Amino acid sequence: MSVASASIQFFTRLLRYRTKCAVPFHAASRILISPYLPQVFGGNKVLLGTCAQPLRSEEKVTVYFINRDGRKITTSSAKGDSLLDLVVEQNLDIEGFGACEGTLACSTCHVILDQKVYNQLGPITDEENDMLDLAFGLTDTSRLGCQVCLSRDLEGITVRVPDRVNDMRRSDDAGPTL
Amino acid sequence: GFYTAQHLVKRASNPEASRTNVSEESLCTWQPWLARTAPGPYQIKFIYVQVDIYERLPVPFGLVRFGVAPDHPEVKNVINTFTQTAQHARCSFHGNVRVGKDVTVEELQEAYHAVVLSYGAEGNRTMGVPGEDLAGVYSAKDFVGWYNGLPRNSELRPDLSCETAVILGQGNVALDVARILLSPVDILKKTDITQHALDALAESSVRRVLIVGRRGPLQVACTIKELREMVNLPGTRPEMEASEFEGIAETLKSLARPRKRLTELLLKAAIETPGEEELERRNRAERAWGFRFLRKPLEVLPSTDLIRAAGIRLAVNRLEGDGEGVRAVATGEVEDVECGLVISSIGYKSLLIDPAVPFDARKAIIPNTMGRVQQTAGLYCSGWVKRGPTGVIATTMNDSFDTARTLLQDIGKGTLDVSTVKPGSQGVSTLLEKRGVKPVSFSDWEKIDSEETRRGEIKGKPREKMLDVGEMLQVARA
Repeated sequence: MSVASASIQFFTRLLRYRTKCAVPFHAASRILISPYLPQVFGGNKVLLGTCAQPLRSEEKVTVYFINRDGRKITTSSAKGDSLLDLVVEQNLDIEGFGACEGTLACSTCHVILDQKVYNQLGPITDEENDMLDLAFGLTDTSRLGCQVCLSRDLEGITVRVPDRVNDMRRSDDAGPTL
Repeated sequence: GFYTAQHLVKRASNPEASRTNVSEESLCTWQPWLARTAPGPYQIKFIYVQVDIYERLPVPFGLVRFGVAPDHPEVKNVINTFTQTAQHARCSFHGNVRVGKDVTVEELQEAYHAVVLSYGAEGNRTMGVPGEDLAGVYSAKDFVGWYNGLPRNSELRPDLSCETAVILGQGNVALDVARILLSPVDILKKTDITQHALDALAESSVRRVLIVGRRGPLQVACTIKELREMVNLPGTRPEMEASEFEGIAETLKSLARPRKRLTELLLKAAIETPGEEELERRNRAERAWGFRFLRKPLEVLPSTDLIRAAGIRLAVNRLEGDGEGVRAVATGEVEDVECGLVISSIGYKSLLIDPAVPFDARKAIIPNTMGRVQQTAGLYCSGWVKRGPTGVIATTMNDSFDTARTLLQDIGKGTLDVSTVKPGSQGVSTLLEKRGVKPVSFSDWEKIDSEETRRGEIKGKPREKMLDVGEMLQVARA
């Protein structure tokens, strides 16, 4: 992913903080910040439908996510294609997950699976492997969540969301510099 | 930028929300969460944060709009998240405001409890060689800005009438430039590349692009996705010297996975004998590209009329040391390459925004500890201006979340004083009005966005970007 530019823009973000004792939430915005929205900008490839056999609406698959902080999230889906779709559809609180919205242009939906589950899944394309190369904490049972298609075979699996990079090492072997 | 705001708006409304999987929506019906800020009585505490985003141009999104290559539209999907953030009730966007000119950082600090600087790196490292000012020599920053519609580069008019282009640098930016120079126009014309760039590329005579680096094949800074795009670029073939890859194959087994896969692909493109089909494809290809290693620019050689670039003189290096300590050392040998276009892609550089902000001129970043600007309470930074101009979007995203987390921690600990009432955007608006500056709101941007989309639709493109700030403002105010 290249983020190169002759950009001249500034982003200054300012913050104002207020402490309140009353419950303002009903008045506060109920807009969730989800990493996933129908496209508002035309022309972006969205690879929904990487999964050839979406679940039928009466089928439910329960998946256990272990979030970055170690907490377990139990969720189940009645529809949807991939693990990323599941995270989005169920609005799971996994920060920064699926930034490119399932188009194999980032590694933010990186998940770690059990060996058995990993072995069950289909082959990994070059494109997915290319993005996995950028993922922090890559393991031998890592996949991109947007490429793991839900099926009845995946009922009850545990999916671990690994920690992200906190310090970007500039080692040649750690990944890209830009 | 928007990522820092996203974290602040989402997490600050209930810092505990990050520890549960409850959405903000359902929290409305839950009991108030309990927070203990210090040993002692529990307090019921609801905090929320108002985030205002100030941006110099009338249009938001920065590098996602002006840096990401036109043929990488899926990378731009992050705009959807940014849009959600901007439309959040407790976030507002103020475009067309130049911090450091229309309003100072000190004035912002008076109006807000905290100021986060995320203004990136608008400068670039120069080669520092004679001939750098000749016609036909550009920084990748300006070249990318030109094809991506950055207003200040709209008049670049690069001369593409030569056969060979030399790009200094081997990162993803260099590969973007190479790919845009060599891509079939039929592909480019369906992207949001600017029309003037498309027209120029349609007339371009450039047939050969050399991507030159100081060090060796194991030190290329690009990532495999971009390399694979070059290898698969229709109408092009790779042309590299096998001698530059001596000894590389033997190192493969000791390399970490990302570097190993990248090097394997590089070797395949550079020295492997292609199969019949690929051989035929390469023979038909009219354009060529290749890496050149162990070369450092010494001088851009002028044409006979001394006006434009006609070649580049390169020092030949060898490598010393190993692992991360590999360094390029001059051998004394020199090589001249004929070319009419030289693009230096050797790094971006942050600049000083305001004399009141501490700045490390050597590293070209704002000195900070985990995003807290040194020696300045209430001032934070995130992104390239904090860590230097490297990393992919995910890197910068994580970094932004880190700064936001630091900021929220400071509120929680009391090191960031939020007890006084601050005027926020009201205070700043008053100043701006006095100075005749009219900010552009997010819904104003949406008018620009609609118009660009409309203009693009006519041509079968996702958008036709406006190149003139005046025009942007006109549409914004309509």
